[in-house]
Amino acid sequence: MSETPTDVDDAATKLDTAPIDRTTIDEPAELDELGTRQRGGHNPARSALGALRWAWYSLTSMRTALILLFLLALAAVPGSVLPQHASSPLRVRQYYAKHPTIAPIINAIGGFDVFGSPWFAAVYLLLFISLAGCVLPRSRRHVRAMRARPPAAPRNLERLPYSTTWTTQASVDSVVGASHDLLRSKHFRTDRTSTSVAAERGHLRETGNLLFHLSLLVVLGGVGVSANFGFTGTVLVTEHEGFSDTAIAYDDLKTGALVDKTKLPPFSFTLNSFNATYQRTGATRGAANSFDAHVTWQPNPGAKPRTDDITVNHPLSSGGANVYLVGHGYAPHFRVTDGSGQVFDQVTPFLPTGGTFESQGVVKLPDAKPQQLGITGFFLPSAINDANGRPVSSFPAPDNPAVVIGVFAGDLGLDNGVPRSVYTLDTSKMKVLGTAELGPGQTIVLPGAQGSVTFVGFDQWATFQISRDPGKGVVLVAVACMVVGLLLSLRIRRRRFWVRAVPAGAPGLGRTVVAVGGLTRTDASGGFDEEFAGLVAALQFKLPAASDLPDLGGTQRLREE
Amino acid sequence: MGVDVGLARLSNELIAGGIAAYSVAFLGYAVDAAFGNHAPVVADRKAVGSDVRARALVGATAGFAITDTSGALLERDLPADATPVEPGRRGFLATYIGRIAIAITVVGWLLELGAILSRGFSVHRLPWGNMYEFTLALTFTAVTAFLVMMTRQPARFLGVFVMTPVVLALGVAVLVLYVAPAPLVPALHSYWLAIHVTAAIIASGVFTVATAATVMFLIADRYATLTAAGKPVRLSALARIMPAPEVLDRTAYRAYAFAFPVWTFAVVAGAIWAEYAWGHYWQWDPKETWAFITWVIYAAYLHARATAGWRGREAAYVAMVGFASILFNFFIVNIFITGIHSYAGV
Repeated sequence: MSETPTDVDDAATKLDTAPIDRTTIDEPAELDELGTRQRGGHNPARSALGALRWAWYSLTSMRTALILLFLLALAAVPGSVLPQHASSPLRVRQYYAKHPTIAPIINAIGGFDVFGSPWFAAVYLLLFISLAGCVLPRSRRHVRAMRARPPAAPRNLERLPYSTTWTTQASVDSVVGASHDLLRSKHFRTDRTSTSVAAERGHLRETGNLLFHLSLLVVLGGVGVSANFGFTGTVLVTEHEGFSDTAIAYDDLKTGALVDKTKLPPFSFTLNSFNATYQRTGATRGAANSFDAHVTWQPNPGAKPRTDDITVNHPLSSGGANVYLVGHGYAPHFRVTDGSGQVFDQVTPFLPTGGTFESQGVVKLPDAKPQQLGITGFFLPSAINDANGRPVSSFPAPDNPAVVIGVFAGDLGLDNGVPRSVYTLDTSKMKVLGTAELGPGQTIVLPGAQGSVTFVGFDQWATFQISRDPGKGVVLVAVACMVVGLLLSLRIRRRRFWVRAVPAGAPGLGRTVVAVGGLTRTDASGGFDEEFAGLVAALQFKLPAASDLPDLGGTQRLREE
Repeated sequence: MGVDVGLARLSNELIAGGIAAYSVAFLGYAVDAAFGNHAPVVADRKAVGSDVRARALVGATAGFAITDTSGALLERDLPADATPVEPGRRGFLATYIGRIAIAITVVGWLLELGAILSRGFSVHRLPWGNMYEFTLALTFTAVTAFLVMMTRQPARFLGVFVMTPVVLALGVAVLVLYVAPAPLVPALHSYWLAIHVTAAIIASGVFTVATAATVMFLIADRYATLTAAGKPVRLSALARIMPAPEVLDRTAYRAYAFAFPVWTFAVVAGAIWAEYAWGHYWQWDPKETWAFITWVIYAAYLHARATAGWRGREAAYVAMVGFASILFNFFIVNIFITGIHSYAGV
């Protein structure tokens, strides 16, 4: 706009409300709005204070924000390509096994925990500081702008991008009055002098813009609250068993830095039954159709027990914590009689190894006499024999349940202090007593009067994730504000209109030249042509052109003509 | 619930018809672009955002300040040789063919709508549960966005550049991504599927059209810059048939400004759904991460437009990177990277 005269520049003051119009320190042409930054930008570090100020202006400049946005996008990429500790620790171990040389290097630079790494935090914290450094002063200016009166009409309205003039028989006063009333009725904020009206609308654009950016800061705050006051844990519960929310009851529990582990929400629940249904026909045969964990629960120990169903998209909420169903499997029930006649009833969760829920597991009986007993094997929900005669499972539902087991006697190795997985059996100090494929109710009698093992039946188990996320309400409200702010800032147009009345012709003839000018500064929504034309039409209806006089200014006058 | 095989087959036949119609429409737009009268295109750029009534009243608003683009862009408003050509018979015929192409696009659009509906009814669910269905829905929204834009502003010039990716994507969908219709896994049994995925599809479809306009902008802007500098331009025929760069820039910006809030909403809705389904509203799953990357890049685009030195070509390149990230999320992440979104199926 180099040819634009100064008064039009004045008219456009603070009209620029692009998504963020943070000016850059090395672009003096854009500095009319932010005089303070100009000083910082043009006095490179001469003193410590000057250097600090320069750094601050650089950080809060739009160009820096842009670069930080790119860095943020770039920094997130490895987090999607490399396996991450937080979401898939198993795949991180696989990666270590596959790439033993570079895995430790990647680990050292935080490649397996990108979103918790210092460099990722550095990028987003810098971005948020830059954001705050820009948006907070800008909010102050916006509040001031909202209370300010529309800028006075520029000297020459015909130099504005949108302008028109005509001559009417109405007096100067009635032109000003009629224009003022019209703009008022269209919800413009207006200001009038004896010969002109200034009007402005669309502050909501900047309001929305600031709302969006301030909400981003609130989101960060909410995430911080969750990280410090939230917890998340998982637990496996077999049918007919219960869980009460204490730290010790979890298989795995991660708590925020400021969480008191002794004060978890006091609820408890019992898994009454678990049901899964599967696709029986078609290309996706065996895919799950539904999961349903039927539970009886109490919000606190004294409360009346109630029943509920936890399904995949329907968690249970209690005391600020939510209980999600995240996995399931089978737990075969064995009745083991040892050589001394003791009977052990064991229901042990087996872990599924694939889509047909062939499940692997181990039963350990350290108290069996005369020797400790161990069972290792597979649970097959729908047992069939494959082409080689090997028993496999053909379907995830328990249509034909069976177990394939090996029974061992000897030393389970539990007493030497080395931690043992409950899902593996160390048979180095044991000898095999027998192997068998058993259907429900079938028994294998162990040789040498060592007893017997009966496959009684099975229960199902479910894994639950229990988490509390106290910041999420704040985050939800903030992201809703973000969307609203974004819509306002991208859909609303800030615009200004001016009307000036100038007496024309011989004094006392009662002719007045009406000049109307319009200015806007956005192009996303378009339609300013129509608004300007509509306004002019409405004004011309109220103040008709005098037909017996030639137009003094021409009906249409455009700046660049 | 079973699969209605008859409806599923009907869906496949309808989509074949849709692809045929879009291909014919593509040819029509190409003929129009190459041989049509370009005088209207030059007039178009004056009329963007206005209608005839407004223009009649206000007068020609040619060259009014397009204040969101740089001054430099304004200097070279018109390529030197863009003076309206004498409308010849050949030009009229080509323009007429361009109009027919719109009608054929609408026919293709209806066929694709039928394909999506019959696919949905054949499995009694919303048909966007796998990549094939998602591609259908995405191209459908892209064409819808294109048709809607033509009712609001002159946008027929986008035809070739919109139909090319649409036809290619549908071809890939039918030949590579096709899977027989089947019910969804339990994780997708939620009305959030409708909200989250629909928003993602709408945003992606509009981003596609916006990207088409950006590609055209880059070609036209390069042509305008080089001719203004008196340098020879290779492939100038391609650029000469396009509208002025600022028209393309504004068309693209409007589409981005529409799609970005929708994308934001899609990400937010996905987070809310994740909170219900998985207990975490955000866990940096690869697909989430790439949705976030896309969001950040388009945010950068919007900021770039408001930053001196980044307007015009630089901002356009940023937007192109944004679309590349959408493509990466759709093809690379879905097929090669496993995450909790993996059940969405190839």
